[in-house]
Amino acid sequence: MTTSTRFPVPAAPERTIDVVQPSLPRAFTFGAMGFALVVGVGAYLLLGNYVAVGVGVFLGYLIPVYVASRVRESKRRATDRFWTIVMTAAFVIAVTPLISLLVTVVMEGAARFDVEFFTSDMRGVAGEGGGALHAIIGTFMITSLAAVISIPVGIMTGVYLVEYGRGPLARGVTFLVDVMTGIPSIVAGLFAFALFAFLVGPQYRSGFMGAIALTVLMIPTVVRATEEMLKLVPNELREASYALGVQKWRTITRVVIPTALAGIVTGVVLAIARVIGETAPLLLAAGFTSTVNWNPFEGRMTALPVYSYYQYVTPGFPPETGFERSWTAALVLVIIVLGLNLFARWVAVRFSPKKS
Amino acid sequence: MAKQIDVADLSIYYGSFRAVEDVSMTIEPKAVTALIGPSGCGKSTFLRTLNRMHEVIPGAYAEGTVEIDGINIYGPGVDPVGVRRNVGMVFQRPNPFPTMSVRDNVVAGQRLNGERTSKSELDDVAERSLRGANLWEEVKDRLDKPGSSLSGGQQQRLCIARAIAVEPQVVLMDEPCSALDPISTLAIEDLIEDLKSEYTIVIVTHNMQQAARVSDKTGFFNIEGTGKPGKLIEFDETQKMFSNPSNKETEDYISGRFG
Repeated sequence: MTTSTRFPVPAAPERTIDVVQPSLPRAFTFGAMGFALVVGVGAYLLLGNYVAVGVGVFLGYLIPVYVASRVRESKRRATDRFWTIVMTAAFVIAVTPLISLLVTVVMEGAARFDVEFFTSDMRGVAGEGGGALHAIIGTFMITSLAAVISIPVGIMTGVYLVEYGRGPLARGVTFLVDVMTGIPSIVAGLFAFALFAFLVGPQYRSGFMGAIALTVLMIPTVVRATEEMLKLVPNELREASYALGVQKWRTITRVVIPTALAGIVTGVVLAIARVIGETAPLLLAAGFTSTVNWNPFEGRMTALPVYSYYQYVTPGFPPETGFERSWTAALVLVIIVLGLNLFARWVAVRFSPKKS
Repeated sequence: MAKQIDVADLSIYYGSFRAVEDVSMTIEPKAVTALIGPSGCGKSTFLRTLNRMHEVIPGAYAEGTVEIDGINIYGPGVDPVGVRRNVGMVFQRPNPFPTMSVRDNVVAGQRLNGERTSKSELDDVAERSLRGANLWEEVKDRLDKPGSSLSGGQQQRLCIARAIAVEPQVVLMDEPCSALDPISTLAIEDLIEDLKSEYTIVIVTHNMQQAARVSDKTGFFNIEGTGKPGKLIEFDETQKMFSNPSNKETEDYISGRFG
């Protein structure tokens, strides 16, 4: 059989295959780490601040490793090592404030993390003692109300956009959701304030009003999460369902949503976690009180972030007692958000479509 | 229960693009009709118009008539959902519902349609359909495992079981073996052979040996060039199509001298 080709095939290059390349010994990188620490200590002794230590350690490791890699290894390896180190440093810079914040909240908040904090409110408390029972109740009530309103509206909007929306109406809704995602939370509070001032009167404050403000913030997040998750459901599943003679609405409720449920629930929980820490809109809409209020439709209602804010602004006497309550309220909030996140993780594992 | 399908002057569109032009054919009951042709010639598109799945794509529509048992499924007042209950479909890639067990996948038609059926009845349907899809022996001990835990070939037979569980009149298959290994392909082909005693079957395939093996009639679709609509070039007894086609294009395609 003769070989003939329809176009000139370029000749394969003649060269030896050199895949084995010299590499820096592991001991060298450890040595460089030691050197970097020495540079860091030196920077501290010389300049006396922690930023200098960070920069010293970073450069003290980066420069020797890069130069040695350029000399001993290849240019590609050196570039690889350079960017690995830079990105690791970026990661450290990103998590340092987070860890610092968590440690501070736990340490400062531990002082008043006691039974009294969870069982009493601030009625008649000017100094020591007192608690945040009313604020914890307020946070749960306001957030639950906001969730009860936002979740159905948000999920149904997401379903509309993915499964039904075509043309100008869908584009308009998408645009508005985008705009709503970006509005500052204080504007949401002003919206609720203006709405209720118009409907009820300017003196009206209630947990429900706060919940409406949070709803404005929560709906776009829920819509987005639902939309993204529904888009991930393969079209083949919808077609499989249609081919069995199943109506569209049943396909959506029985096939599409269950398939995307884990993602939707995760998105919803994260949306709740986002609004539970809002202060500004609640300051405007729900107001502040020092006693327990079980009725979300009547009277002011304190939420944890607002409580924390007020304990800091008007700490009473001695002021440390107020500051301590403020920190503990922040700690409780962090714990609630952490709990919600863990719950979202659990849901994601529990409800995601089963693999083998 | 098998029904005859009469297609007349069917043109199929994606928006303003005409994908298939003027197809007329008669698909016989209790027989296997194979549709062959190069990629993009519109055979899958044509198949999807037979149970009104084509219009699921935004902007897609069809003109002409498709009569099943004398009723034009594109006539006024016809509910596509009703059409699809009578014309089942198996897709190219196995697509069991990932949230459901093997058993629930098989009876998905009943369950999703909200029919009030007792559990024992559903179990009967599941067993009958799985036996019908020649899968029962392999999965009877793991009916509660997720459908996605089966192998590719088993998943495809699961999808066939799901399609026949709703007792359709016609079963459409869109390249049902293209994602499967030869052993699973053989299992599906044997199954098609068995199913034709009860159902009207239309199968799209790229595998000409498969068309020759399983079908009674074959339709050859072709396309003149990109952007042109696909056409039905020849439609005849499979034996004649593969031994003595009357059209030059068909002969070139079948003998591998195409393009």
